[in-house]
Amino acid sequence: MSLLQIAEPGQSAAPHQHKLSAGIDLGTTNSLVASVRSGKAQILTDAQGHGLLPSIVHYGSELKLVGAQAQVLEASDPFNTLSSIKRLMGRGVEDIKQLGDNMPYQFVEDSDSKVPRIKTSAGNFSAVEVSADILKVLANRAKESLGGELSGVVITVPAYFDDAQRQATRDAARLADLNVFRLLNEPTAAAVAYGLDQKKDGVIAVYDFGGGTFDISILRLNKGVFEVLATGGDSALGGDDMDHAIGEWIISEAGFDNVDAFLSRKIIIASRQVKENLTNKESTDILIENGDYRWQGQLSRHELEALIRPLIKKTISPCRRVLRDAELDKSDITEVVMVGGSTRVPLVSKMVGDFFDRQPMSDLDPDQVVAIGAAIQADILAGNKADDSMLLLDVLPLSLSIETMGGLSEKIISRNTAIPVARAQEFTTFKDGQTSMAVHVLQGERELVADCRSLARFDLRGFPPMVAGAARIRVTYQVDADGLMSVNAEETTSGVKAEIVVKPSYGLTDSEIETMLRASMENAKTDVVARMLKEQQVEAHRVVEAIDAALAADGETILSSDEFNDIKQARDRLEREIETADTETLKRLIKSIEKSSETYVARRMNASVKQALKGKQIDEVEIN
Amino acid sequence: MTIQLTDIAANRVESFLANRGKGIGLRLGVKTTGCSGMAYVIEFVDEVQSDDEVFESKGVKVVIDQKSLLFLDGTEVDFGKEGLNEGFKFSNPNAKDECGCGESFTV
Repeated sequence: MSLLQIAEPGQSAAPHQHKLSAGIDLGTTNSLVASVRSGKAQILTDAQGHGLLPSIVHYGSELKLVGAQAQVLEASDPFNTLSSIKRLMGRGVEDIKQLGDNMPYQFVEDSDSKVPRIKTSAGNFSAVEVSADILKVLANRAKESLGGELSGVVITVPAYFDDAQRQATRDAARLADLNVFRLLNEPTAAAVAYGLDQKKDGVIAVYDFGGGTFDISILRLNKGVFEVLATGGDSALGGDDMDHAIGEWIISEAGFDNVDAFLSRKIIIASRQVKENLTNKESTDILIENGDYRWQGQLSRHELEALIRPLIKKTISPCRRVLRDAELDKSDITEVVMVGGSTRVPLVSKMVGDFFDRQPMSDLDPDQVVAIGAAIQADILAGNKADDSMLLLDVLPLSLSIETMGGLSEKIISRNTAIPVARAQEFTTFKDGQTSMAVHVLQGERELVADCRSLARFDLRGFPPMVAGAARIRVTYQVDADGLMSVNAEETTSGVKAEIVVKPSYGLTDSEIETMLRASMENAKTDVVARMLKEQQVEAHRVVEAIDAALAADGETILSSDEFNDIKQARDRLEREIETADTETLKRLIKSIEKSSETYVARRMNASVKQALKGKQIDEVEIN
Repeated sequence: MTIQLTDIAANRVESFLANRGKGIGLRLGVKTTGCSGMAYVIEFVDEVQSDDEVFESKGVKVVIDQKSLLFLDGTEVDFGKEGLNEGFKFSNPNAKDECGCGESFTV
């Protein structure tokens, strides 16, 4: 006799057609799977009743272990026991070099795909493969708990994940043989869990401080409809960093000199324990054994808070930034939702409460809330709800831009714009007689092309030659509900068109992925200065070209040789200095050319008017 | 004509209804589909229809349309676990034959 679940009115499935679904929180430290059964979202547990699956995989020469069984081998076999692997999703070899400092693994580069792999006794594994092994365990747990195959899953990702990281997550799901209904931003999932259970209207700040990532999102909840107003955070900040801070304290207190991978693991595990103990206790004992050497110490909550306060402070400035992005004031926030295990640390809750001036909500288990929300969303997407009343608007995590002259990036759709969206902007030609134009599609917040992420390039060719500035090239960026982007360019006077579809998978093996938003804030000032210089350089090139064209046409006929030389000298000076001078100097040189060519410009004007009027009667001249 | 819920089944139905936040009871029924002819229906009830019969079992309102009742009379509904899986089970004296999985039956 099979086991049945209560369906919504009129939604009973035919036999063998149950639309089973699950929500998966694929976390840096721990992962969970949840599902809606008889209308209730629940965390699915393993046979021992554990909900949390440590996101750790052990690749032994004979045995592959996932979760708690792998976790016990973390200290004794660190090279073959892979943890915090989510930090490597969608990352290239270059990024790994930076991240690798905190990880004990040996990386090898796959010669074909340029994907970094981790060397273990069972072979070399990519982050996607390791994640797939975690997903398989969760999916099997769901299949056993639900009594059938899954029609699909919703997997959550940090709001920060860029296209390559999202695609890597999808790839992992495919390897695990799962159909992904959609990827859902973690804070959005948390809001789903809270919003639907409690049916509240208002503006909600979701503060998600997990093991490896920090996200802050501002959501508007209105009659069951969510709109994500703004997202921000830090994709490389989490509870792991607290563990490292504690670990460093232990190393210096204990006076360990040579910390090898084994000892390092041991210390990190002890540090995590210390942090968790101090959630409810005022003080805790620490014992580290390293061969014959034993070190015993004690840490108070007060001392712990001194160690981790700088890390928590780092979460507060993104909070300020998203409020600004959403054009809201602290007082507009009606609810602050706490997500992620790190929010259990009392100091986190206190500092967040102080910043937002209100007591943060933590009714639901902060470790489970994301998976619960994902399960609710998966249930809807599987088609088990009668009225699909919940509409989730997603936002672009990073701005989409186009390259303009001088290697500058111009934003077409700015970050935090709700998708689907289409935006168009008009551009023109830079040179006389130009018949083609390159369109370079970029992603990122920085001012210079070199600092943004390149998504695609294509050429618009074959429009008629015109003088510089006469062509009208309309570039349209469009992003559909699935995040798939298409770009088209059209020269509107002639109707010449070109189009490209940008797959989110682009750049999966690209090494450029970085915490772009952070970089844009840190470099805001230098970026603007660089942009101004580039703009002046472009202007200088334009002036030089215009002068050359004019001088070639009539310079010798309407200018005296002194005048000609003056202009020529000013022009040569400008050209010499274009690449080396600063913004102000370039501005001054351009000004001085304009000054020395004032009379020339006036004479050219007169000459062309004369030319136009020559031999015409007054009534032949059309006056517009 | 009777339909019975076991204690644990009644308990779970009440808890699921409370979690859902709305609904007046549990609809049981059959529909003619599936590999062996008929399949069980188990749903939340928001509205009672004109051809429905309403019973009460262990404090839970059980709603069944008259046609389904012919095939469900005497049925006991239980809630149980099989490994990690859990859910409602029907013990139906009218069912002569079930398909291998027990999701559909013939009378």
